[in-house]
Amino acid sequence: MVEYAPILIFLGVAALFPAATLVIAWAVRPSRYNKTKSEAYECGVPPSGDARARYPIRFYVIAVLFVVFDVETIFLFPWAVKYRALGLFGFAEMVVFLGILVIGFAYAWRKGALEWA
Amino acid sequence: MDPVLERVIVEAAVKIALVFFVVLTTVAYMTWVERRVSAWIQDRRGPNRVGPFGLLQPLADGIKFLFKEEITPPHVYRPVYLLAPILILVPALLTISVVPFGPALRLFGRDVPLRVADVDNGVLIILAFASMGVYGIALAGWSSNNKYSLMGGLRSSAQLISYELAMGLAIVGILMSAGSLRLSDVVARQAEHGWNVLWQLPGFVVFLTAAFAETNRLPFDLPEAETELVAGYHTEYSGMRFSMFYMAEYANMVTASCLAATLYLGGYHVPGLQRLGLPQNAAAIVQLLAFGIKVAFFLFVYVWVRWTIPRFRYDQLMNLGWKVLLPVALVHIVWVAFIVLMGWA
Repeated sequence: MVEYAPILIFLGVAALFPAATLVIAWAVRPSRYNKTKSEAYECGVPPSGDARARYPIRFYVIAVLFVVFDVETIFLFPWAVKYRALGLFGFAEMVVFLGILVIGFAYAWRKGALEWA
Repeated sequence: MDPVLERVIVEAAVKIALVFFVVLTTVAYMTWVERRVSAWIQDRRGPNRVGPFGLLQPLADGIKFLFKEEITPPHVYRPVYLLAPILILVPALLTISVVPFGPALRLFGRDVPLRVADVDNGVLIILAFASMGVYGIALAGWSSNNKYSLMGGLRSSAQLISYELAMGLAIVGILMSAGSLRLSDVVARQAEHGWNVLWQLPGFVVFLTAAFAETNRLPFDLPEAETELVAGYHTEYSGMRFSMFYMAEYANMVTASCLAATLYLGGYHVPGLQRLGLPQNAAAIVQLLAFGIKVAFFLFVYVWVRWTIPRFRYDQLMNLGWKVLLPVALVHIVWVAFIVLMGWA
């Protein structure tokens, strides 16, 4: 596990950098309150209503599809690493696995889950 | 303290300081390079007043950002709003920690490999950190409580996750050829058997396209789309916090270029270098420079593409990701598997 230690240190430094920059900026920057300045910027038109409104269901559909295919990708990784040892058996297995997923993908496509127009 | 651990920590600290300095300098100067190259492509002059050839421009920009007022509008959700820029920048910087920059350098009687960490699942770590960036963008858009920001954040999240799939599937081909998740093994394999780009061209194209989308760069910079969303998820940010979104974007570009060079262009490998019989340190420095040139090439391509291909519409973007890149990547996996099975590569 000792080889992961540098990543942990790197994480610390990477987190410290924006924190330190923000503190320095906070110390030197001006701060002049102005009512107009702190309004929501929506192209100069006075904002109407809350921004947390409803949005298209398509984003959820894409998110669900993403989960399916991302898990698939993760399943492919160990197979790919050991592929040379698995030989023809590994190839056939993965063609079957991908085939099942392609059926699912084709179904989502035909159902119009991928349409944005 | 355990002497082995102590040595690891000291060595890591020095390397991290160096890598951090180099990455941040590259990020700063990438803004200059981008403007100069854009100007060159458009037959303009670009920034040339601050210092010779405008070389001090990034410094001036940095100072200006530091002294700019930061407005925290009262309508935002403060904890998330303040955290989001950091959540974007940290993973963007962190990804570089597993990239191998070169072979080992002989220093003080022992080999010092030119990388921060050489872990056995480097590719997984990269994908993990790369997908962390989505949180920052989605949260920045949501917490701003601005309609444009929310739309930009949503679009961006959908874009990032869609292209992450294509990227992950393209990388599977690399893993099949290298038989390892360790990035230095990927480079070693390419040094022995030729660069991956030579026989995995479709995977390379898918990877590069996905890399452009993952970094929110033209032709896929819809989350920002100045004309319709007034900068999208960072509309409500100003001053230093705003600059963090920019730094993250450029840091992501640097990382994506490092990855493209490592996975497809042989990393730090230079063909025919071994035959010259250089001493270890000289060879290491040549390879380090070669890696830098490969990365610089990809960074140049980023700017080049920006002024060559017009921006996609959102439905075109999603169609490209799901209906073109994903099927191509799937077919590519089967194809690479077939080639490896036949023992052709």
